[in-house]
Amino acid sequence: MNLALLSPKSPVLTALALQVAIALTAPAALADDADRAAAPAQATGAQLERGRYLVTTSGCHDCHTPWKMGAQGPEPDMSRMLSGHPQDVVMPPAPRLPDGPWVATIGATNTAWSGPWGTSFTANLTPDRETGLGRWTLENFREAIRTGRHMGRGRPILPPMPYPMYKHMTDEDLAAIFAYLQTVPAIENRVPDPLPPSEQVAESR
Amino acid sequence: MDPQRCDPPPRPPRRHASVAAIALAALVAAATADTGEPSAPWPERLQDTGLYDADGRIAPGLLEYSPQYPLWTDGAVKRRWISLPAGSVIDASDPDAWQFPTGTRAWKQFSSGRPLETRVIERGADGRWRFAAYVWNEAGTEALLAPEAGVTLTGVPGMPGGRYRVPSRADCVACHEAGPATLLGFSTLQLSSDRDPLAPHATPAPAGSLLPDLAARGWLSGLPAGLVAVPPRIEGRTPEERAALGWLHGNCGHCHNARGPLASLGLVLARPSAGARPERPLPVGLMLARLRSTNPFTRMPPAGVQVADHEAIALVERGLAGSRHVTEEKHP
Repeated sequence: MNLALLSPKSPVLTALALQVAIALTAPAALADDADRAAAPAQATGAQLERGRYLVTTSGCHDCHTPWKMGAQGPEPDMSRMLSGHPQDVVMPPAPRLPDGPWVATIGATNTAWSGPWGTSFTANLTPDRETGLGRWTLENFREAIRTGRHMGRGRPILPPMPYPMYKHMTDEDLAAIFAYLQTVPAIENRVPDPLPPSEQVAESR
Repeated sequence: MDPQRCDPPPRPPRRHASVAAIALAALVAAATADTGEPSAPWPERLQDTGLYDADGRIAPGLLEYSPQYPLWTDGAVKRRWISLPAGSVIDASDPDAWQFPTGTRAWKQFSSGRPLETRVIERGADGRWRFAAYVWNEAGTEALLAPEAGVTLTGVPGMPGGRYRVPSRADCVACHEAGPATLLGFSTLQLSSDRDPLAPHATPAPAGSLLPDLAARGWLSGLPAGLVAVPPRIEGRTPEERAALGWLHGNCGHCHNARGPLASLGLVLARPSAGARPERPLPVGLMLARLRSTNPFTRMPPAGVQVADHEAIALVERGLAGSRHVTEEKHP
């Protein structure tokens, strides 16, 4: 794995963090939850409301809901709410950046990111069974956030997913988020696998 | 490294936490992770963990063992030992989830021309398991506690690119706590006296380490009598299918089983001691693609492997070819 690239002391990483921080100062999106499905039997209304609140205030839509160009500029496409990088948006290899403090590239949808770690595509968080979180259990979700590994066991979860902050959420808050995510409209969208650095770079023009 | 380090108590996020601040901290801290480290610190030196006697020999009372289907770790040579507190026994009434007594310790030494690393696992008084890794000096005279976050050794002969990865303690948890048994490789099936002659990379079983030996020395409580009378083995249509299923059991089954947190995936590669064949067809094409992948983000297993075990993968392809194991796969 390439986590060596992510050493907290890495100057590359520090520069990357600064750039990403700037890029993400765009206004956060808010969810339109009018269409969400009925709550699971075990979830309470208060828990779902807490989950919706956390999802909408913790920036989940910023990366997991694809963005489109609207009249006022980029805005989240809520018809694809929380469905991750669109499978029909096939990204060309990320451009090679010259040496220097600019080290990351972000797709127009805000769902594809390329940097020293490789290329990452944001996940489908909707409850679609084949392409989203439909098969996940609460334990899978909680452990993924706590450990930074896919389902708590597999590959590393990559930048810019801020799991190092979210892992400090309480069990109750993570359960509320998961319960809410299981109620949003399921969208079938097969997000591509992430790419290592060796497979992501095209020659610069 | 501070073995007693603990994270601050969890708190809800600030209501209007800046996304920029979140992303910044995420990137800076992406390489860190919780480890669930218990309070008692590990000794700094391997020799103080009980593996050796005062003369530097393996301590008396330890049992060396060798699972019949070993885990592939880039071809590193491994030796393993276990110790149980005097007078204690293993509850083997669930033959696929042995319950080890408090104080159980096991060691696994990895070598490539010289000792590289020795890992230790121990069951504490609170019932939880804890993990540590010790890194050997080049002279092979001493091993010291590895950092909690793990470390990558370079210039190691025989390892891919000279690189050898000592896992973090979070890495240990990811594989060892994904099924009904935390101590892997010391189990009914792995220690069966009906050893699989086609098992890839297996080493001969050390004397006195197989199931009948353990039963005879009184280490096992409640093991179903039938499993002693008739040694457990994986049922396969052919010897190669048996070995292929065995390799998958030893290399994948600790996560891909029906009793752990990934049961939701519906991919069961752990084999029960009773010897039943898989209840449902296995997605062989998908499995082979993952096993062969050179993409470290999609390769399986997700840890401990830099170079795929091509010998075993060829065995899996031959052993599971055709018949009932191939299913329709939507996603390669």
